Amino acid sequence: MRREVPLVITGIVGISLIISFFIPHTPFNLLETLFTDWFLIVAAFAIVLGILNLLKISLDKVYKKKKDWFFGLVVVFSFFFIVIPGFGFSGGRGFQNPGTPFFWIYFYIYIPLMSTMFALLAFFVASASYRAFRARNKEATMLLLAAFFVMLGRVPIGYYLSFWLPENYQLAAVADWIMNFPQTAGQRAIMIGIALGIVSTCLRMILGIERAYIGGE
Amino acid sequence: MDKAKVGKPEALLSNYLLLVSLCFFLCLSIHTSILAQEVPVEQEEVTLPEDSIPPALPTNVVAKDTPNDVGKSITITWTKSLDDGAGRNNVVAYEILRCTTVDGEYEFIGNTTAGAQQFMDTDTKDKVEYFYKIKAVTQVLSSVSLPSQPAMSTQEWFNTDRINTLIAVLVISFAIFYFIRRAKAGKKLYIRRIAGLEALDEAVGRATEMGKKVFYVPGIMDMDSMQTIAGITILGKVAKLTAEYETKLEVPTCRSMVMVTCREMVKEAYSNAGRPDGYNDDMIYYLTDDQFGFAAAVDGLFVREKPAAIFLQGHFFAESLILAETGNSIGAIQIAGTAAVAQLPFFVAACDYTLIGEEFFAASAYLSNDPKLLGSIKGQDVGKFLFLLAILVGVILASAGIFDLSQFFVTR
Repeated sequence: MRREVPLVITGIVGISLIISFFIPHTPFNLLETLFTDWFLIVAAFAIVLGILNLLKISLDKVYKKKKDWFFGLVVVFSFFFIVIPGFGFSGGRGFQNPGTPFFWIYFYIYIPLMSTMFALLAFFVASASYRAFRARNKEATMLLLAAFFVMLGRVPIGYYLSFWLPENYQLAAVADWIMNFPQTAGQRAIMIGIALGIVSTCLRMILGIERAYIGGE
Repeated sequence: MDKAKVGKPEALLSNYLLLVSLCFFLCLSIHTSILAQEVPVEQEEVTLPEDSIPPALPTNVVAKDTPNDVGKSITITWTKSLDDGAGRNNVVAYEILRCTTVDGEYEFIGNTTAGAQQFMDTDTKDKVEYFYKIKAVTQVLSSVSLPSQPAMSTQEWFNTDRINTLIAVLVISFAIFYFIRRAKAGKKLYIRRIAGLEALDEAVGRATEMGKKVFYVPGIMDMDSMQTIAGITILGKVAKLTAEYETKLEVPTCRSMVMVTCREMVKEAYSNAGRPDGYNDDMIYYLTDDQFGFAAAVDGLFVREKPAAIFLQGHFFAESLILAETGNSIGAIQIAGTAAVAQLPFFVAACDYTLIGEEFFAASAYLSNDPKLLGSIKGQDVGKFLFLLAILVGVILASAGIFDLSQFFVTR
């Protein structure tokens, strides 16, 4: 029963949603919204599990002074630092309004931290590009040349280097051509493969052939 | 007696009368000429002002049930007024009027700008007849069309706009079923080697030899994403290997439901490997729902724990490069897999092996070596071949100016 019930539920829901895509008549048109709402409700309850698990592991680390217990303390402190002002001192439903403690924490602590992490991408892109764009073989050389033209075509110096050429041969035009044609074609080919992969995986799950997601072999 | 002397008084009188008459007629003529000068007579044509002429009527008003919908909608089309964009060019809007009888009182239900020739009434009751009139409106006046034929909204049982999708699904499904049957019948199916999946064993083995951990990150999306499900099925295979090799496994998750599902998956994998005692709930833990908060936490774990093998399998966004580069910086062997097309270049640049798109979804079947699952991969390859054929034919036809085939593939 432990495996059969999830398989039956998956099959019924999967087939219902496929049918509802082609039949606009009531009640089929309501199925997608209904199942999405049910999922959101279950996910909202599930977040309590996640929060309790996070606090349990962090407090356990701090209590038993395990390795890197200090970071567990930071997690617990940060959690209550936001939750208590957010629930208790930020005006109830208007907790996101400017002027509340929650808003101050969000705007002056959370946003800068998030921006800092995002900004790391600039450095990581540079280091990844440095490693990736090397002429080790034919394909890598082609990648290097394409990256060279696209990067130059996207900055002002690319214009100054090639403004004297006919418009279609300037670096910006070459960069646009690379992005609009070979890059788009390759991306679309990958997306076709992804779509077929999703169809195949879904069919396997709906028919009960694929059982790994419920712990089966 | 002198005749001149005798007729003198009569002559004087006649002269006097003559003089008076002359004076009278002279005054009359002078007065008449003065009057003629003071009141000149206008002889030009009389015309009415521009804003007193109503615009030409909209014509050919047709109302029909909106197709392929859930009812409660009627689409009205008409030919625009001759004074809209032409003629007097004074039409500024069209008002749509509706009634349930042809000669009843029409109520206003909406309007459109000048130039429009279509309106969708989405406030109808199904199976009720409605009549429509279109009123062309200028700044001052308006004119109303003749009423349309009656129209009734209904719900449709099949969306004919999606027939192309239905055909594609049926063809691909048939191909998948066919090859599953062939595989069940014992036919050997060739599946090309996927380097990233062959390296699973190598990665876990490396971690075992070095005595370090294996980290598995199943993406940052929830269980409603197919990529998360595909990532979790691969986790089952990795967990079986770590159970067999007695290697420590850690699975930080971004969503609570993913944490719960991963726990079930790993627990089952350890049981199936005969090592239920090796499983601990704390191997799989929740960090945060926030994208960059999760990336920061996982990066910190990578740098402090220094795992020997990192698996990044699931649905990722901008944090993909942060995770992959940090993993690269600590010298871990990294195997990534995602169907997020925008993140694939980052994984290819920073990871040792990358499962690209459909390889990621085929991983579960590939690793299980189950004929039924391998048959489904073959079926999707047939679908890919058919799409390739359609693209080639479509390109040739489009080059010749025939676009009917490409229009058939447009989804609505």
